[in-house]
Order: sequence, then C-alpha cells, then structure tokens
Amino acid sequence: MINFVPPAAIFIAGAALIPFLKGRLRQAFLVLLPCLAFINLLNMGEGVSWVFGFLDYQLVFARVDKLSMVFGYIFVIMAFAGAVYSLHEKDSMQLVAAFLYAGSSLGVVFAGDFFTLFIFWEIMAFASVCLVCARNTDAARKASFRYILVHLFGGLLLLAGIVMHVSATNSIEFKFLGLGGTAEILILLGFALNAAIPPLSAWLTDAYPESTVIGTVFLSAFTTKTAVYTLARGFPGAEILIWAGIVMVLYGIVFAILENDMRRVLSYSIINQVGFMVVGIGIGTAMSINGAASHAFAHILYKALLMMSAGAVLLMTGRSKCTELGGLYKTMPLTLIFCVVGAASISAFPLTGGFVTKSMISSAAGYGQMTVIWLLLTLASAGVFLHAGIKFPYFVFFAKDSGLRPKEPPANMLAAMAFVAFLCIFIGVFPGYLYAILPYPVDYVPYTGDHILSQMQLLMFSALAFFLLLGYLKRTETITLDTDWFYRKGAAALVSLAGRPLAAASDAASQFMVERLPAFLVWFGKNPLAALRIAYGTVLLAASGGKYARRHLEREKEAFPADNIRMWSISSAVSMVALFIFALLAVFYF
Amino acid sequence: MLNKIVLFFERPEVGKRVKQLFVLSLALLLVLEIFVEKHPYFPWAGTYSFYAVYGFFACAVIIAFSKIIGRFWLQRGEDYYD
Repeated sequence: MINFVPPAAIFIAGAALIPFLKGRLRQAFLVLLPCLAFINLLNMGEGVSWVFGFLDYQLVFARVDKLSMVFGYIFVIMAFAGAVYSLHEKDSMQLVAAFLYAGSSLGVVFAGDFFTLFIFWEIMAFASVCLVCARNTDAARKASFRYILVHLFGGLLLLAGIVMHVSATNSIEFKFLGLGGTAEILILLGFALNAAIPPLSAWLTDAYPESTVIGTVFLSAFTTKTAVYTLARGFPGAEILIWAGIVMVLYGIVFAILENDMRRVLSYSIINQVGFMVVGIGIGTAMSINGAASHAFAHILYKALLMMSAGAVLLMTGRSKCTELGGLYKTMPLTLIFCVVGAASISAFPLTGGFVTKSMISSAAGYGQMTVIWLLLTLASAGVFLHAGIKFPYFVFFAKDSGLRPKEPPANMLAAMAFVAFLCIFIGVFPGYLYAILPYPVDYVPYTGDHILSQMQLLMFSALAFFLLLGYLKRTETITLDTDWFYRKGAAALVSLAGRPLAAASDAASQFMVERLPAFLVWFGKNPLAALRIAYGTVLLAASGGKYARRHLEREKEAFPADNIRMWSISSAVSMVALFIFALLAVFYF
Repeated sequence: MLNKIVLFFERPEVGKRVKQLFVLSLALLLVLEIFVEKHPYFPWAGTYSFYAVYGFFACAVIIAFSKIIGRFWLQRGEDYYD
C-alpha cells in the first residue's frame, strides 16, 4: 500500500490553485503546501512506486532511495523558505512559476526513467524562464529569450541521447550510465548544460541576475542542483567531470571578482560551488559522492540566503551594482547579519554548513592522493572567501557610503532569511543529522583541531590578502564577456553578414514581382498576338539580323497595341487554354 | 538596540581595535599551529604555516590573474551589447 504521492504532484497541483486564492488565504496556502510536502516526504519508504505502463515501457514517478531523498528534502525545505520569502508578492504568475519550478525539479529527482525525467526537465526550463521574464524589463525579456533557447538546445541534446540510449539498450530506466558511447555523451552534455559547466554556462549568469527579487532566490536552488543529482546518478566516477569541476571552480572565481552586479557575482559563485560538487561526482568514491550530495544540500541553503539578502537590497534600493551600493549596514543591520552568515557558510567557516560538507570533497581528493586537484580545490576555497565571503558583503554593506538609507525588508523576508541562516548554522554545529541522510554511510569527522586550524589559517590569510590588495578590487562600471558572447555577438554578426545578400535578393525579387512583371503582363495583355509577333521578330533579328527584319520589328513596335485585335476562332482559344493548363500542371508536377 | 551597536562600531577607536583584533587573530592562528596534532594528506602539506602562506598567495595570484585578463580582454563597457 502506497501512503504517499510523488512530491512533484503536490507542488504542481498547488501551483494550479494559486491564482484562485487571494490575501491571507493564499499566504497560508503558500506556507502550508511545502509543509504538507515535507510530511509526505517523511512517509516515502525506499523502493519504486507510482509506476505506469506507457507503450512498452514503464514510467516510474517515485524512485525513492537515499540519493533521491537528500535532494528531495532540501528541495522541499528550499520551497518552504522561498515561499515565506515571497509572501508579500502580489504577482501570482511568479508564485505559480516558482511552485511549478520546485515541483518539476522534484519530479526530475524522483523520476525513475528517462521519459518522466525528460518531461519534468522541460517543465523546469519553462517554469524557470517564466521567473526570469517576470521582471518585465527589456533586459529580462531579452535574457529570458536567450535562456529558453539555450535550454531548448540542452533539452534536445538530452533527448537525442535518450532516444539513442533507449534504442540501443531497449530500457528507459535511468541508472548508472558511464561514458560508453555517443548516446551517453549526449546525455552527459544535456546534464552538463543545466549544471552550467563552461562553456555551456553563460545562460546562468546571463539570466539569473535579470530575474525578479524572489525569482533569483528560487532559480539559484533548483536547475543546477537537479543537474548535480542526475550527474551523480548517471556518471559518478567519470574522470572528465573532475576536470570540468576544476574549470568551473576557477572560472567562477575569476568572473565573480571581475563582475560589478551583486547578483551576477553570486551567480558566478553558483558555478564555482557547483564545480566542487562536480569534482566530487567525478572522483566517485563513497566519500566524494557524500560530499557532493551534502554540499548541494548546504549550498542551496547558503546560496539562497545570499540571494535573499541581495534581493532584499535590490527591493529596498532598486539597485544591484556594487558601484552604486555601499554603507547599507547603517540601516539594514539585520539583512547584513543574515548575509554574513551566508557568506561565512559559503566560505566554509567552522560551525557553518559549508565547513562540514565541502571539506569532504577536498578530503576525498586528498585521500586519493590527487595532488593537483587537491591544491586547486584548496586554492578555490580561498578564492570563494575572496569573492563571495568578503567581496559581496563588503561592497554592498560597507566600502563607501553611497548615501542610501533603505529600511529593512518586509518581515516575511527577514523571517525567511532567519530560518535559512538558522539551518546553515544548525548543519554546521550538528552535522550528524545531515550525514545520516547521505547516500553512503559516513565515516568522516569534520571537527579535528588540524582541520579547524588549517581552514581558519587559509581563510584569515585570504582576508589579509583581500584587504592588502583592496585597491585592485575596486569595482568598475563594466560587464564581463562570457561565452554568451558567441551567440549574442555571433547572432548579430550572422544577421548582418547574411542580411546584405538576402536583402539585395529580396529587393530584386520584390521589384520584379511588384513592378516589372505586372507591367509586362499589362503590356502583353493589350494585344497578345502582336506582342508574340514582336517577340518572334526580336528573336529573328537576333538570329539573322538584316535591315528588313529590323524595319519590320520597328513597325510592329510602333503599331503596338494596334486596335485591330483579330477575332480568334473558338478552337484556337480552347487549345491555348488547354496548353496553359498543361503548362501549369507540368509546373506543379515537377 | 541594533542602532546602538551600529553606532558603536562606527566610532573610529573601535574600528582601530577591530583591525588590531584581526592582526592578533592572524598571529594567534600561527602560534596555535605549534600545539595542534597534524595528519596531512600530503607530507609537504604538513609544513609549518602551509595553509596561511598558500591562502595568502592563492588570493594574490587570483586577484592579479583576474585583474589582468579583465583589463585586457574580458571587461567592457556596460553598453557593449546594446
């Protein structure tokens, strides 16, 4: 007897109800629905259920095991926090999109087969693009257009891979794949696009910062982490992922340092953090997979917290560029405190979520004696503190006094931040609760004197470097070129390149169709027989020449369109028509 | 109450004290290392003050590298795509 429903169903059905609710009732509904989903989650015993036959295949809507449950828990918790954060929002379209988005992400996580996974994957793309374009600015509309095109491309890669995989193995079950052939590579690319692995990453930093205040909070949690889940399910131990992750980690830091928009800084830091998870998946040991899953859990919390505080600043000031912000600590101290908790957590300070999760990934690299990987991960840990841990709070809340004196955000936003900040610290202080739900049994002690001290040294001396080199970190009013350059400038170049010859052809065609052809037909229609004679004369003249032929042709032209139109016999008229119809048929036939 | 805390930290002598505390904590971290039992993943990672030195220079290198490629390649005016 199944005593639960797939969590996706709760959120998607709930999303459909939101537009019909108003005021307090809607607010209660937004908060209670994730609670209901959480209770439902607690009833989900391991195993495969909600199986439906489809053609010759079995669609599995609830494949419950430890890996899917970690992501299930954090997605529902995140949906709750996001709902509290959005309680003041009056635009029901955003709320519907947010719940649909959370629901479809849960659908992907619990999908046991490729078809179900793919359907939810596409709903996710659709719901998330609605969150981007809900900002309703010109920039947001353009960014959402690019976003959906890139995701449709990713979806097609995935679909092509799935079709090839299914036709080769005759099974649609989604389980360990490994990099066996073209089909698996295509599936990996589809997943990699959603995980924002460069160069398939620019969609994230292009679109997320253009979304609404609440939209970005939801966006930061789901798309990339469902991709982390699918990679952990399908490709654990794929060595290429180690290097892909290293690229993400370093790329995220460099771009975050260069960027001026605070939410774009945080978006680059998503890529950086997901990079750690991808490295963990690539290493593929029990410890590193545990690290990836737990880091996804902790990351969703602190990234949401950072995005929430950035959203609060955006809502209250209407600005998001570091150059236009600063000194906000004076009037937004609570927001600052929550932001610092998030910043400490992403930097993996002891007693925060990041410390007990990220260290598992670098430890896995260390135990595996992967010298270069370990060194780069440690370098990146210092870099995270640099760009997300200090830079973001420093330039937004301190640095210079921008003269802005915004109030604290609405109470529901503060409550959501307090809730997530509490969880960040709770996980850091009592890691046992998180370790208990990880895919593999955990044999790892985060709190040793050595570990705490080395991490503190790493972070504090990074801070020293930050303050000593502060002059080089001053924000400039610039944007940073990313791989979206290829399609943003590329599309423009293509249009201007292909445009000129195409425009010339279109001009010529329209001139012919609109001016010359009708004029000729009118002329011809005045006296077709004489016109044909002129044509015959012209051909004859061209072929043989001669004075007589020329004079004859000139006379014909002068006389045109002679009034004396001859009467045609019916039979010749009919045969002309028949000839015409035959010509028409011949044209259509070929 | 929060206002009072904010005002407290705005006093210049407190700002100075915070800086002193920061430097003190750096020194303390280096001193404490002598008393901590280490179990490094690699032998060379156990050398004295490895993490402090590595953290500092990692950040310096990251900042320098970012600055250079930003200045000469990646950073453009805000109306670049318009």
